[in-house]
Amino acid sequence: MSLRTEKLKSKSRPMPMMAKDPMKTLGRLLRYIFVRYWFIFIVVFVCILLSSFASVQASSMISDITSAIDTQLKVRLDGGTVDYSEIMKIILTMIAIFAVGTVALFAYNRLMVKIAQGVLRDIRQDMFGKMQSFPVRYFDTHTFGETMSHFTNDTDALEQLISNSIPQIFNSTMTIIFCLVSMFVMSWQLTLVVLVTVFAMFFAIKGIGGKSARYFSAQQRSYALFDGYIQEMLQGQKVVKVFCYEENNEKAFDKVNDEYCHNLTQAHKYANIFMPVMANLTYVQYGVIAIVGAVMVATGTLQLTENVISGTQQTALGVIVAFLALSRTFTRPINMVSQQFNSIVLALAGAERIFELMDTEPETDNGNVTLVTGKYVGGVFKEGDGDYYWKVPTENGCSYVKTEGDIKLENVNFSYDGVKPILKNVNVYANVGQKVALIGKTGAGKTTISNLINRFYDIDDGVIYYDGIDIKNIRKKDLRKTLGVVLQEVNLFTASVKDNIRYGNPAATDEEVYAAARLAQADDFIRRLPEGYDTIITGNGANLSQGQRQLISIARVAVADPPVMILDEATSSIDTRTEELVQKGMDNLMKGRTVFVIAHRLSTIKNSDCIMVMSEGMIIERGNHEELMAKKGVYYNLNSSK
Amino acid sequence: MKLIRLLARSIREYKKNAILTPVYVSLEVVVDTLIPFTMTYLLKCFQGEGPLDLTPIFIYGGIIVALAFVALLLGALSGMQCAIASSGFARNLRKDMFYRIQTYSFNNLDKFSNASLITRMTTDVSFVQQAFMMIIRIAVRSPLVLIFAVIMSVIIGGPMALIYVGIIPFMAALLIIIFANASKHFKKLFKKYDKLNNVVEENISGMRVVKSNVQEAYETEKFNETSQDIYKIFSKAQGIVVLTSPVMQLSMYTCITLIFYFGAHAILGEGILDLEELSALITYAMQVLMSLMMLSMIFVQTVIAKSSAERICEVLTETPDIVNPENAVASVADGSIDFDGVSFKYDVKAELNSLSDIDLHIKSGETIGVIGSTGSGKTTFVQLIPRLYDVTEGTLKVGGVKVSDYDIKALRSSVAMVLQKNVLFSGTVKENLLWGKEDATDEDIARALKISESSEFIEKIGGLEAHVEQAGANLSGGQRQRLCIARAIIGNPKILIMDDSTSAVDMATDMNIRKAFKDFMPDTTKIIIAQRVASVASCDRIVVMDGGRINGVGTHDELMENNVIYREVFESQNNKGGDFDVVTN
Repeated sequence: MSLRTEKLKSKSRPMPMMAKDPMKTLGRLLRYIFVRYWFIFIVVFVCILLSSFASVQASSMISDITSAIDTQLKVRLDGGTVDYSEIMKIILTMIAIFAVGTVALFAYNRLMVKIAQGVLRDIRQDMFGKMQSFPVRYFDTHTFGETMSHFTNDTDALEQLISNSIPQIFNSTMTIIFCLVSMFVMSWQLTLVVLVTVFAMFFAIKGIGGKSARYFSAQQRSYALFDGYIQEMLQGQKVVKVFCYEENNEKAFDKVNDEYCHNLTQAHKYANIFMPVMANLTYVQYGVIAIVGAVMVATGTLQLTENVISGTQQTALGVIVAFLALSRTFTRPINMVSQQFNSIVLALAGAERIFELMDTEPETDNGNVTLVTGKYVGGVFKEGDGDYYWKVPTENGCSYVKTEGDIKLENVNFSYDGVKPILKNVNVYANVGQKVALIGKTGAGKTTISNLINRFYDIDDGVIYYDGIDIKNIRKKDLRKTLGVVLQEVNLFTASVKDNIRYGNPAATDEEVYAAARLAQADDFIRRLPEGYDTIITGNGANLSQGQRQLISIARVAVADPPVMILDEATSSIDTRTEELVQKGMDNLMKGRTVFVIAHRLSTIKNSDCIMVMSEGMIIERGNHEELMAKKGVYYNLNSSK
Repeated sequence: MKLIRLLARSIREYKKNAILTPVYVSLEVVVDTLIPFTMTYLLKCFQGEGPLDLTPIFIYGGIIVALAFVALLLGALSGMQCAIASSGFARNLRKDMFYRIQTYSFNNLDKFSNASLITRMTTDVSFVQQAFMMIIRIAVRSPLVLIFAVIMSVIIGGPMALIYVGIIPFMAALLIIIFANASKHFKKLFKKYDKLNNVVEENISGMRVVKSNVQEAYETEKFNETSQDIYKIFSKAQGIVVLTSPVMQLSMYTCITLIFYFGAHAILGEGILDLEELSALITYAMQVLMSLMMLSMIFVQTVIAKSSAERICEVLTETPDIVNPENAVASVADGSIDFDGVSFKYDVKAELNSLSDIDLHIKSGETIGVIGSTGSGKTTFVQLIPRLYDVTEGTLKVGGVKVSDYDIKALRSSVAMVLQKNVLFSGTVKENLLWGKEDATDEDIARALKISESSEFIEKIGGLEAHVEQAGANLSGGQRQRLCIARAIIGNPKILIMDDSTSAVDMATDMNIRKAFKDFMPDTTKIIIAQRVASVASCDRIVVMDGGRINGVGTHDELMENNVIYREVFESQNNKGGDFDVVTN
């Protein structure tokens, strides 16, 4: 089952790639499965053994029973009475073996579902859990589609592999071995004939398979082209309409579509002729075996033995009939596996990518300073209800520092790639309760500063202090709890408005949620939604206006009630009139907190305690509005350019 | 049925292949069924006393090999024809859809998301193609095999064929029960998958929010819960589906056992059956069961394909709501625009109008600024002019003629529009510019680049042959906007509409562009939508939009005097300073 939602499809289109080291990946996957489900795995293995044994026996039983009937027939011809007991004995043995085979087949199929689905669940959860620990850098350097495709395409392919291909490979291998043994026991000469014909078939497979693989990848390539083309054109469909470019577009489309169709036809041609070629080659094999068998009988080279299990004496006819059946049983699994070859390789490539994801280095955290609540009672700190304190471990026990929101960046240098410096020797001082603005054009390094304060990235050089503590020593989780961030891009989750607001503080009561919404000026419009605070937000708040979504995200920070807030371009995608509304919400929220405002629009920051103008990773001017205006520098020029 | 008829229209030139496929298949089946039959004669030679007579064995063996090769050839031919027919069918389906989409109006386009159109043209088409392939090949083959095998069994085994009569309904019933039960679970499963993907999607795109709020554990829990649900449902569904192979196996084993049991008695007792015929019977039994299995698989495939087919048909049957009128007016006289009592709503069923009572008369060559907050109807207002949407009420004339009377191509090539969400396409700079005028000369291009202030940066990135990535990803926002303007003006339109098209261009350049418009395109009517008052202040007239209505019209000075909204916007932008990005660009 290949399951994809419409939305995802378009975003997740990794180019089909072959696995770098398929065997290693397969080994790792098997280990992954075995470690978790070793008991079921062994049971499955035994069941596969039994089932393939039964299916091979089914073929050789045909020989036995044919021989038995043949013998009795001769008895009858000779005028004796027919004795059914031998035949009944074989039929009963057959029923017993069949029963075991069917039960084993049933059991391993059911168990395999358990393993396959269990493993898939584990892999998914493993991937997702690991992903939560990835540094932000990972998400900045991998596209959404890329990451998403691990959960969709790659997992789909893996599902196929685990629930179909792996048991089939086991089963086939077992069947082939059993078959070979049975055939050898019956007649090694005929076995050789079978092997020769199988060898010939191998060439056919290789011929067809090789061509098919070539067209298969050609088809994948032209699909990617086709998909890319319609993706781009549909994206720009309105532009197409505006410029009346429909006809040109149709021509260009025909070209990619025809190319895709050509490769698709070729790939399907080879896939389609595979089945009839194999099936009919099996019949050719029949004919050859019969002829060779006949020759051997005629020349007396065919030795007839007793069946090891049932002890039936075999006749020439019995052996030939059995061989015909066995050769079929022998060839079928070879066909099946080779037919799946393409998808197995593709699935292994998917598995490889999944493992790569799992191997990604998680965010490191060596912080030992933690956030606690409590208060001083008679000079002794008591943890429990109270204000936030940093608990700093010292040589003998620990000390407590009140969490207030004093932030200092001292001589900070930073570069994302280790080559191009983004921040150069930056110093920022934000005292408790101050509003500090960072302003400058896109790419000046403003957002980088917020990325550094909450340690989405680590600085190369310099120190960042939070209440006098180097933030490197603070546990990341606790550090982030004390920082509220409002970004330009609002991300809402599929949940009620209420739950979205209390996202940062799940313990918040309904009353606290309402209070936060009132503070953010969001209460009014929320109450007018169809179901008020219980309205379910879907599609990242598709039915809300940009301003409304931003207000919800501001309320979200209000509930979390952090001592420090970072507003990163929070209002820049809102028009100036709507901004004023949102601004009120934010002003309310800023009271009594240390606030960093990052903006490129001057209106947002005029009333800040301190404004820092950034350019190319450096702070080129600092001061409050009046000071900067008096300075008549860059800031002044901006303000008076109108 | 309607669905099938609609889809079948796309077979067209591949009808021949679509018919040849089942023909070859049928022939193959006939030959294939003869093989086990011939086999009985071959095996007969092994019986009896005395030395083997090799000649008939060679003959029969030879016949079998020959038959097998013939069947192989027929099978391969049918496979090839099938590949041609089905891929061609898929090609035509995609083509029909794409061509259909080209006729869509904006209104039609708004009904489908991009992603959904893409899925319909890729995944859905390939499901339908799979089903088509199955139908013309295996759906023909399996029943034929079934029928032939049963006939042959009756010929050979007589009453023995009754065994099938018992087994076939038993197996068919079991398979139906299995698939009916499983599909119930699968439906549930699809919903859960959507939910799971949604969780992942929101998590990845909101990772900064997750991390800032330290909600990694909560997210993981949310994910694991859904993942566990999927595990449960999928195990149930799959657990039912995997019953097919034991059921199949059981039926086969039962068949074999019964055939042997009754066969032994028939041979040894009544003597109505030969031993060789017994082995042919087994081969036929397997064929019968296999084809039953195949039929049930086709059934499942077709069910899956049905919903895909429906989605494809939605695209094919969506009727474009803006079409060329009869006796269309082929040219636009001048750039005058007249709105008379125009109202508009996107959806006929919508309660509120998106635009109401628009009365505005624009003279050819005038420059009109449009300003208003988000959602005030600015974009809607201008999109009516090139008839991207049809007015709901009132009349809208361009050059003195109702827009709905024009040939659409003629109208749109005279009314150039720079959309707010504008898109450049992968290709060279020149290729992108030619969208505006296919036969543009080098002078046309140079002029357009000059007016749009693009000459300089185009030179810098490597001239007209420089490569533009998809959506213009290798250009800055301001560069993209300028190139889009160049593309729009290259055909020297009678009317030029710019929907917030210079928001990322710095003030000085913005001003230069406006000045160039005035100098080089004096006869073109220009309509400029902008966020910044500064961008429209110098227009001949400025329209202030609010709540889908015109709130005021006048020059900058007039509006400053008597329009509250205009003054507010002006003050909100001017008193508090500028926009850093814009000024320093």
